[in-house]
Amino acid sequence: MNSQKIRKYLLPTLALLVALLGWEAVVRVNHIEPVILPPPSLVLKTLIQDWTVLFHSLLVTLTITLQALFAATIGGTLLALVFARFRAVEQAFFPFAVILQVTPVISIAPLLLVYLSSGGAVLVCSFLVAFFPILSNTALGLSSVDHNLLDLFQMYRASGGKQLLMLRAPAALPYFLGGLRIGGGLALIGAIVAEIAAGSAGQGSGLAFRIIESGYRLNIPRMFAALVLISLTGIFIYLILSAFSYLLLHRWHDSARGRES
Amino acid sequence: MSATLSENVTNAAPTSVAARLVRLEGVCKTFANGTVALTGVDLEVRRGEFLSLLGPSGCGKSTILRLLASLTSATSGWINWREKEHELGFVFQEPTLMPWANVFDNVWLPLRLKGQSRNAARGAVIDALAKVGLSNFAKAFPRELSGGMKMRVSIARALVTRPALLLMDEPFAALDEITRNKLNDDLVALKCELDATVVFVTHSVYESVYLSDRIVVMAPRPGRIVAEIEIPEPLPRDEDFRLSQLYGERCRETSAALHRAMSMEPRSASA
Repeated sequence: MNSQKIRKYLLPTLALLVALLGWEAVVRVNHIEPVILPPPSLVLKTLIQDWTVLFHSLLVTLTITLQALFAATIGGTLLALVFARFRAVEQAFFPFAVILQVTPVISIAPLLLVYLSSGGAVLVCSFLVAFFPILSNTALGLSSVDHNLLDLFQMYRASGGKQLLMLRAPAALPYFLGGLRIGGGLALIGAIVAEIAAGSAGQGSGLAFRIIESGYRLNIPRMFAALVLISLTGIFIYLILSAFSYLLLHRWHDSARGRES
Repeated sequence: MSATLSENVTNAAPTSVAARLVRLEGVCKTFANGTVALTGVDLEVRRGEFLSLLGPSGCGKSTILRLLASLTSATSGWINWREKEHELGFVFQEPTLMPWANVFDNVWLPLRLKGQSRNAARGAVIDALAKVGLSNFAKAFPRELSGGMKMRVSIARALVTRPALLLMDEPFAALDEITRNKLNDDLVALKCELDATVVFVTHSVYESVYLSDRIVVMAPRPGRIVAEIEIPEPLPRDEDFRLSQLYGERCRETSAALHRAMSMEPRSASA
């Protein structure tokens, strides 16, 4: 590992450690009560002590996030394919997708709770926020094909199916993967926001509900522990999707390759 | 040697029907926005010749290629092919490779679209790559190649179907002069080896004189053919020809014809 790579990983790790140590020191020196600001050591201790409860909630949130992301991926991709094939459909329905995207999910959640079970509402909220970036990025990718290549396919009389499979789909892949990475993060945000909305009505057992419940009980260390798990879940989703993207693109796409030095 | 210049189509020596590959007769092309790209174009492409279309930007050179490739249709006039079924190859100004596919798969593309499996096409692809000197790069991805190598892949892809007519739209315009000269030599050698017919669009007088059996000079607004110049020196040509006085004379003559074409007054499309 060369010095640049060591620096790349060492610097953020050191910065994180310094921040945590600083936090610990500030709490201890000033004798701040855990109910105001718990030290990182107490957050870690709580995370271990309450692991059974928190892990169950983590599984609930993670399951909903992944289900929503899966549905958004399938739905967004299929709709993008329909948009690419039928321009009239895109013109008719794209505004609906935009309306759903620009309306804050927190404002839709209470309405969904009227019509759906709390689990269903959380899933739909998470789906709605993850769906749009996948749809819009994939639709953009499918229509951003080199015109000369399209001419070439036309000249060799390629069918629409071959054009889609051999040209539009691979050309759209980097766009789709970009949308997927954004969608992955948003799916988690959507799930958390919807859990908060549902939790406020006394339902749910995801990580967001644990935060609210801990707040009511003034169990601030557990709030932080749940927050840490949410952050780690987001990082996990981002890393998995980034690795997936790298795997598919590193041979040929500039975004997955470093510049030659 | 004779440079003919007129306000209309000039086909100095009418060819026999057998030697004719395709003929454009009175072809006009007006785009949807009203721009008249071509008017009254009569042009014959002869079997086995290297024909260059030379002219300034906007004179309709590329439109003629697109008409021949059936990528657009004429507003009026006829395009008569000697044989109904004709294989075409097209080389664009950019290499236009699929970045996600390696060199082999890029060259395989035309055969794949015709339904040939990788194994069935392997021989033809390897042969085409050998012809452009890229046998060792079959597994490389486009981004790993230089500009000149990418263009060679593009030429191999156009040749892999053994086309009756190879259409080339300023393929070397973006390359440096050294690479360009080398590719010019290789292209002429390939053309002679395969006895291919080539229609080559270029802005370069020097390139057109070096490569062509015949140069058609076009004028813009609207695009039309205004001169035809035969280059009788046999192909392939070499560096000696490039350095010869004769080459200089041909270039001067062609340059003068181009200059006259560019200074022509725009005329109404209906004229």
